[in-house]
Amino acid sequence: MKLLTLNFLTCAIKTCKTQPASFPLHPRDAELEIVETDMNLPFLKNILPRLMWDELRTITSELGLPDLPPTPPTRSNLVEGGEKDAVAEEEEQEEVVEEPTQTAKDLHRILLETCIKEGKLVCGACGHEYKVMEGVANFLLPGHLV
Amino acid sequence: MLPTPSTSHVCFDRVYEPAEDSYLLLDTISSTSEAAFLQNRFGHVSSTPPLILEVGVGSGVVLAFAAANARTIFGRNDVLTLGTDINSFACRAASQTVSTALREPTSSSSIFLDVANGDLAGSIRPHSVDVFIFNPPYVPAELPDFSRHENFNTLPAGQEKTTFDQDSYLLELSYAGGADGMVVTNRMLEQIPNLLDLKRGVAYVLLCAQNKPEEVKRHITGWGPGWGVETVGTSGRQAGWEKLQIVRIWKEGA
Repeated sequence: MKLLTLNFLTCAIKTCKTQPASFPLHPRDAELEIVETDMNLPFLKNILPRLMWDELRTITSELGLPDLPPTPPTRSNLVEGGEKDAVAEEEEQEEVVEEPTQTAKDLHRILLETCIKEGKLVCGACGHEYKVMEGVANFLLPGHLV
Repeated sequence: MLPTPSTSHVCFDRVYEPAEDSYLLLDTISSTSEAAFLQNRFGHVSSTPPLILEVGVGSGVVLAFAAANARTIFGRNDVLTLGTDINSFACRAASQTVSTALREPTSSSSIFLDVANGDLAGSIRPHSVDVFIFNPPYVPAELPDFSRHENFNTLPAGQEKTTFDQDSYLLELSYAGGADGMVVTNRMLEQIPNLLDLKRGVAYVLLCAQNKPEEVKRHITGWGPGWGVETVGTSGRQAGWEKLQIVRIWKEGA
């Protein structure tokens, strides 16, 4: 399960939804694996505003991964030589080949290649633990919690 | 005609096999009119990538189709796809279907996240979904006995094969919808306003004639000002009992 997926998940218990502490879910006893995948630079640039950066930093620090910078990178930080302005891009009809910076490569590695293979995801509000097995998180609740 | 993703690795004894309903969803979201609607909403190249969530992915054929044909349907290569299913065997099968489809040379290079094992969209962060897709268990038939779920959702201890009872149960989950075939769909519809992105969220839900679609649509209109609902795809016009339609649910003026 990719770390970027955690950007979109929360505790499945209804009463937790309104508790800010139910997001993000906190990985525990996680066994990580790297699953390589092609880099999509336009995606990385465009996803920046959707990333819950502080929460992502919490998750990477809890996993013992290298610290992310305190503020998210900008679009230009991701492109070697900075991002060309939109007009120039249009003139060249999207044929501009942009090279990713190390920052972009690192972000790609964290968001899309670092996967939780086994472990648990814990709700910060109620403490409920969701198991991750063979990369699949299980959010099914026992009958009394539904 | 866009390619249909391969599901040849999926064991259809315990995972729903793509059928007329699945294909109607593929045809509908890739139709000229829906692709135009979606591109108008999401096609701006440097806007944030839309998150596409399918609940009850089964074999994964619909999610894989959306992922692999993102350029044609959404007008961009950087959409995110995420799935859930109550059946853990379906979760694994669907993951493989999407990953395989994305490796096809003609495929869009969109971003597949994961398929989580869960009940409907219970574990999805509120208002984070831009495009929601649901092919529900819509057949009017008694709901399966969920008390068996925990046992039946994994391989029996020490075994490498599922049992016949287990397979029957898992398939029932994929089609049995209780009274009017609407028990599960109603639970899902209730979650939709909270699930969709407040500005640009849109949902595609499949209904059959037995579900009383006109009543369902009236109910959705009653959610409040701004909610739109429209039938955007139909099949099975020969008046068989399983006449199907896809309704699009969205917030107007977004």
